[in-house]
Amino acid sequence: MTRWLQDPILRVDHLTMRFGGLLAVNNVSFAAGRGDITALIGPNGAGKTTLFNCLTGFYKPTSGRIAFSAGRLDDAKIGTLTRSARKHDGETFLLERMADHEIVRKARLARTFQNIRLFQGMSALENLMIAQNEALSRAAGFSFIGLLGLPSWRRAEQAAVERAVGWLDRIGLRKRADDPAGSLPYGDQRRLEIARAMCTNPALLCLDEPAAGLNAAESHGLAELLRGIRDEGETSILLIEHDMSVVMRISDHVVVLDYGQKIADGSPAEVREDPAVIAAYLGVEEHDEPAVEAALQGQALGSGA
Amino acid sequence: MPAEKMLRALREAGWATLVVAGLSFPIIAYRAEPDFNNLLALQPRWPLFLQFCAAAFLLRFFLSLWSGGEAKVKPARVWPKLPWLGPLLLAGLTVYPLAVVALLGPQAALKWIDTYGVQILIYVLLGWGLNITVGLAGLLDLGYAAFYAVGAYAYALLAPLTGLGFWALLPVCGLLAAFWGFCIGFPILRLRGDYLAIVTLAFAEIVRIVLINWDVVTHGEAGLFGFPGLNFFGLPFIPGPRGFAAHFGLPFQGVQKQIFLYYLVLVLALLANLVSLRLRRLPLGRAWEALREDEIACRALGLDTRNIKLTAFALGAFFAGIAGCLFALRQGFVSPSAFTFSESALILAIVVLGGGGSQLGVAVAAVFLVGASELLRELTFLKSVFGPDFDPAQYRMLLVGLAMVAMMNFRPRGLVSTRAPTVRLSNPSSGPSDHLLPQGEKGVAS
Repeated sequence: MTRWLQDPILRVDHLTMRFGGLLAVNNVSFAAGRGDITALIGPNGAGKTTLFNCLTGFYKPTSGRIAFSAGRLDDAKIGTLTRSARKHDGETFLLERMADHEIVRKARLARTFQNIRLFQGMSALENLMIAQNEALSRAAGFSFIGLLGLPSWRRAEQAAVERAVGWLDRIGLRKRADDPAGSLPYGDQRRLEIARAMCTNPALLCLDEPAAGLNAAESHGLAELLRGIRDEGETSILLIEHDMSVVMRISDHVVVLDYGQKIADGSPAEVREDPAVIAAYLGVEEHDEPAVEAALQGQALGSGA
Repeated sequence: MPAEKMLRALREAGWATLVVAGLSFPIIAYRAEPDFNNLLALQPRWPLFLQFCAAAFLLRFFLSLWSGGEAKVKPARVWPKLPWLGPLLLAGLTVYPLAVVALLGPQAALKWIDTYGVQILIYVLLGWGLNITVGLAGLLDLGYAAFYAVGAYAYALLAPLTGLGFWALLPVCGLLAAFWGFCIGFPILRLRGDYLAIVTLAFAEIVRIVLINWDVVTHGEAGLFGFPGLNFFGLPFIPGPRGFAAHFGLPFQGVQKQIFLYYLVLVLALLANLVSLRLRRLPLGRAWEALREDEIACRALGLDTRNIKLTAFALGAFFAGIAGCLFALRQGFVSPSAFTFSESALILAIVVLGGGGSQLGVAVAAVFLVGASELLRELTFLKSVFGPDFDPAQYRMLLVGLAMVAMMNFRPRGLVSTRAPTVRLSNPSSGPSDHLLPQGEKGVAS
C-alpha cells in the first residue's frame, strides 16, 4: 500500500462537477499524503482548476466527498461525519459542505491563483498582514481593544509583523516590504502570493500553476522554496503544474487528469512511463490505440473500486 | 509646423462646435413658454444658440493651439510631508468663530459661523463617513442621504417624545442609522459595482418617499419643527434668568448658540477622523481596503466578506446618523426635501473629488464644494453685470460640474491620490513621502 493511502491529509471520493451539459470533473478519487508534495497534472481543459475550486469551496461540487484533516484522517470518523448533517467535528472536515472562508480558517487549507491575485495597491507587508487578519482581529477585540491601543493588541500586531517579515526574508523581498505589491516583478509577485497563503498557517497549501511565467532560474528557486516548506513538516502541498521539470523534480506523488477523469496516479517515475499519460500528452498512433484503451479501462475500474 | 497645427486646431474646434450645437439645440435654440391661452409656444433664441457655438469654437481652438492638441501624461506629483499642517489647521479651526465675532461683531458673525462653519463641518463629517463605505471598502453607495435622514428624523421625533437631551440622543441617532445601514447591507451583500449603486439609490428614494407619505408620524412635506434645540449641558440658549448667558453673567446673544454648535460639530468631526484613522490601521480597516482591492482573494484568505461589508455599511451610516442629528439641531427643522438624491450626489462628489481613502482630501473637497456654492450667493454684484434677474446661486451645480471636469483633467484620482501603508518596516520619517503608494487600481473613480 502506498504512503499517501496510509496517511492521507486529503481524501477525495467520487468527486463530480457538472456545469450544465459539461462534465468538468467526472468521478475523480485520489488521496494526498501528509507531508507530501502532490502534483495534479493534465492537458489544458482537463479539469484541474475546477477540482481545485471544489477543494477550496469556490465551487460546490455536484456530487462526491472531500475529507480533510490536519491531524489524522480516520475512515470511521469520516463515515460518522458523512452520515450526520455536520460540516466537521473540529478535527475532520468535509470540505464540500463548507464555505470558502471557513475552509481557510477552520480546516486550514490555503490556496493561490493561476492569475495572481495580490492586493495590488497595498504594500507587500500589508498583503502578509491581511493573511493573519483572523487572529489579529481577535487580538484587537473586534476593533474595540485595538481602538484604545492597549498593549495586548500592540504585542499581537508586533508578532504578526515579525511573522510577515520572516516570510519576506525567506522570499527575498524584505527590502521591498513597503512597496505596492502591484509594482513588484512578476516572479516576486508569485512568491509573495505563496508567502501570503503560508501566513494563514495552512496544513495544506494548494498552488495553482505556481511556476507559470517564471524563467528557469526562478522556477528553480520556487522548487527550492516548496521543498523547504515540505521539509519543515508542518504543511503538505498540492499543486497544479504544467512545467514538467518542476513536477518531476519536487513531487512525491502525481495524479493525472484528462477530460475530467483520472487517468494515472502514482510516483513521478511510474506516471512518466504510463501509456495513458503519454497518450494524453503526445497523442497515440493508430496501431497502439487498443492497448491504450485497455489501460484506460483498467485505470477507470481501479479508481472506481 | 504652425500651419499644420492651425489646421488641426481648426478641425478640432469644428468637431467641438458640432457637438455643442447638437447638445444645445433642443435646450437653447427654442424655449417653451405658455402664451395667453396657456398653451406652450416655442420662442426661438437663435442668437443665444449661435453665441454658445461660437464660444465653444473659440475655446476649443485656443485650447488646441495652446496645448498642442495632445494629451500629456504627467507623473503624479509627490507632496512634501508637512508635519506642521495638522496643528496649524486645528488651531485655525479653533480660533475661527471667536476671530469672526471679534472682527465682524456678533450679528454679522452669525452667518459666517453657521453657514461657513457648522454647515461645512457637517459635510466634512458626512464625507468622512461615506469615505469608509466608498473610499476604503469600495462599496459604491448612491443613497447615503437616507442614513443622514434617519439621523435627523430620529432626533426630531425622539427628542419631544422621550424628553431626552441631545447628549443622550446623539448616539441613539447614530445607532439607528447604523441599524439601517446594517439592514440595507444584508440584501445587497451579493451585489457589486453598478448593481450595488442602483440598489442603494433605490433605498434612499424609498426612505424619502416614506418620509413624505407617512403623514401621521413625519408630517409629510411640511416636515417636523418645534423640537427641543441645543442646550449647554442643561442650560438652554434663551434670554432670561434660566438661560446660558445669565448663568455665566454674559449678555444674551444669538451667536452663542452657533458658537457652541460649531465647537460641538468640530469635536465630533475630529473624533470621527481619529476613529477612521485608527480603524484603518486595525484588522477591520485593512480588511476593508483588501475588499476594495480584490474580493476573491479576501475569501481565499479566510476573510468573511459578509461581515466586512456589513461593518463598512453600518459604520458609514453611523457617521451619517450623527451628522443628521447635528443637522436637525442646526436647522431646528427637518423635511424630506433636505434628503434628496442631489444630497447623496453632493456627498459622493466630495469623496470622489477628495480622492477616496484620504481624510484630508475629503475635508478640502467639502470646504471647496460646499463653501464655494455658498460663496456664490455672496456674488450679488454680478446682478449689475447680467441684469437683475441673474441669481448666482442657481449656478451651484455648474460649479460641481466644473470641479469634476477640472479634476478629471488635472488630478484624475482625486485631490489626494496617494495612500500611506497602514504598517511599514522602514522608518516613515527617513525619507520625504516617497513611500506613499498610488491608490489601488480598483478605487472609487474607476
